[in-house]
Amino acid sequence: MLGLNKKDTTLLIIVVIMTMFAPFILNPFPETSQLAQFNAGYPDLMQRFVIFGIFAIGFNILFGLTGYLSFGHAAFLGVGSYAGVWMMKLLTMNVIPAILMSMIVAGLFSILVGYISLRRSGIYFSILTLAFAQMSFSLAYSVLTPITNGETGLQLALDDPRILGVSQVAGSIPPASLFGLAMRDSYEMTLGGWAFTFNVGYYLCAVVMIVAFYIAIRIFRSPFGLMLKAVKSNQQRLNYTGVNSKPYTFAAFVISGMYAGLAGGLMVAMDPLAGAERMQWTASGEVVLMTILGGAGTLFGPVLGAGFIKYFENIFSKINDTILHQWFAALPDGIEDTLVFLIHPFIGKGWHLTLGIVFMLVVIFLPGGIMEGIRRIVDLFKRRSPKDEVSGGAVPSAKAAE
Amino acid sequence: MDAIFLQILNGLDKGSAYALIALGLTLIFGTLGVVNFAHGALFMLGAFCAVTLNGILSLSFTTIDDSRTDFLGNPLRVETPYVESWFGPEIGAAIIQWSVPLSILFAIPVMVLVGLIMERGLIKHFYRRPHADQILVTFGLAIVLQEIIKYFFGANPIPTPAPPSFAGSFDFGVWLGFSPGSIIYPYWRMVYFAFAIGIIGAVFAFLRYTTFGMVVRAGMADRETVGFLGINIDRRFTIMFAIAAVVAGLAGVMYAPINSPNYHMGMDFLVLSFVVVVVGGMGSLAGAVLAGFLLGILESFASMAQVVALFPGINQIVIYLVAIIVLLTRPRGLMGRKGVMED
Repeated sequence: MLGLNKKDTTLLIIVVIMTMFAPFILNPFPETSQLAQFNAGYPDLMQRFVIFGIFAIGFNILFGLTGYLSFGHAAFLGVGSYAGVWMMKLLTMNVIPAILMSMIVAGLFSILVGYISLRRSGIYFSILTLAFAQMSFSLAYSVLTPITNGETGLQLALDDPRILGVSQVAGSIPPASLFGLAMRDSYEMTLGGWAFTFNVGYYLCAVVMIVAFYIAIRIFRSPFGLMLKAVKSNQQRLNYTGVNSKPYTFAAFVISGMYAGLAGGLMVAMDPLAGAERMQWTASGEVVLMTILGGAGTLFGPVLGAGFIKYFENIFSKINDTILHQWFAALPDGIEDTLVFLIHPFIGKGWHLTLGIVFMLVVIFLPGGIMEGIRRIVDLFKRRSPKDEVSGGAVPSAKAAE
Repeated sequence: MDAIFLQILNGLDKGSAYALIALGLTLIFGTLGVVNFAHGALFMLGAFCAVTLNGILSLSFTTIDDSRTDFLGNPLRVETPYVESWFGPEIGAAIIQWSVPLSILFAIPVMVLVGLIMERGLIKHFYRRPHADQILVTFGLAIVLQEIIKYFFGANPIPTPAPPSFAGSFDFGVWLGFSPGSIIYPYWRMVYFAFAIGIIGAVFAFLRYTTFGMVVRAGMADRETVGFLGINIDRRFTIMFAIAAVVAGLAGVMYAPINSPNYHMGMDFLVLSFVVVVVGGMGSLAGAVLAGFLLGILESFASMAQVVALFPGINQIVIYLVAIIVLLTRPRGLMGRKGVMED
């Protein structure tokens, strides 16, 4: 279907089902139950899942396929966000021009950065991209304030021209919309103890992510994708065979930059503001974490990693000592207090610590990320020795490509 | 003229910190071939050694002085640090005031221990893994160390004063024949610069004039051959890692009075130190030190009002700009050796 083989079609269908029914899947606990705090089915978080999913899919096209570790990818997301907000300020509150403009501007910017950075490889490439990102971050804070509005961040204002749309409705800024469908509109459905929210913005993001995911599958399976994998496995040998690998890595860089811009544009469509901190190198580090955690070089891994990190960022950080005491209330007081004391550093504000530890464990013991973990478990059940299959990061994709 | 001199001086203290961190990074890279993203965290740990010792020395007990009252009329509670009651008020107060220099003695064993545990426990297993993996695992370690410090010390910067003997500034203007007050420079920053030069000199002398250093240099040039000669080069490299950790830690200890330590100071310095290493040339110790001072001074020149008026925003980006230009025109950096990190 759609030019995909059977396995990829299954994967795509799984992704479609998961994103379309996410409001149900992510809300497994009734509103009144104690576990309701683990529900992730509210629009804001679901939007973030898919937006960062797109970001990570794009990053994976560069890092997972070519092995070039960019430490400055958040710059493209930030530039895209600014472009998106400007479209909303100048043109219309319709999200389509904003998203398109985000992609175009991020693409142009990544052409510039990629052209220079890709002259070097290895750690030098990482440092160059990092340098560009930090430069954009500093400039957005200082000199470019007329464009970026500095520390306050770029916001919409009542007197923006919006030449194609209306600049204000009844004294307030019109909501971001898609041909009249406001992004923040939601439909609430109550089923017994459960409450499900269907948000217009989320579904727009979800559809965009499915398209982005489909394009990523096609890139992975194309001759172009094979060439990128060749760059990763042995660039020198590739060059010796007379292939000029630079156009391929360059194209991959620009494509992944445009994915980042798309994510930035969607962020703006959901919440029309942009700030420089989106470009800081910690933000670039976050997408690296997502991709590695999920499994670099696999199709579905980055999405999984993005979801994992965003889920824990929002849910884990909400757990506090009171909740812990509730959980362990059944235990004797001494043990209860000890347990709470032991777990305390890892929850709430300390969730970054947990993230760091999990990340280290993954890099040490499971270089293929969550996806490799899943495959090992599956292999275990199939009663095959896992060694038959494990031979590098991109095993499932490489196998299917044959 | 005096403005130029002032900027050079201003660049020296930041340059010293860059040079010390970059030196440690290069030592680790040159010996173990590992790109250590957690090196900034070691710098931060050093600074927090100073904070910790300051806190320990200032531990005090409370006595109630009935002869005096506080503003509510209650008997005054007097806090006396233990050291003051043990050594007498004058010596005790002096010990507390000199806590930052004293922290050097405290930080050395701590950093050696941290370095050894890090190398034996984690980095040892990453010699043969790709550089990307090394970057990622040390990046994760840096996050963990940073969060641990944040958990114990909070997110706010903790002021850690220098000894009062070094408070105040030295007037270079008088000394060099410019108008008085035109070039004033805090004493502690001079101490920091001298300290950095001392450490750098010690590391170089250690590598140059001791047998241990000779073996290490031989190992950096050709690890396998040195191994064939029956020398346990791995153990020596581990010790070099510990030394690099100590260098970063001491740089942090002495930096604490200049900028109050906070948990993310390491990361802030790390990003710049990497740029410094790359500009200096991956694997070149002298290049790292030279580039550290050069970039520090360059950064302070770029923040002169006249320069900023000419090129707005240049002070924020000059280091990255230089890095990009150097990497594109001199791919091996200022003093890089051939064949290092050229995959």
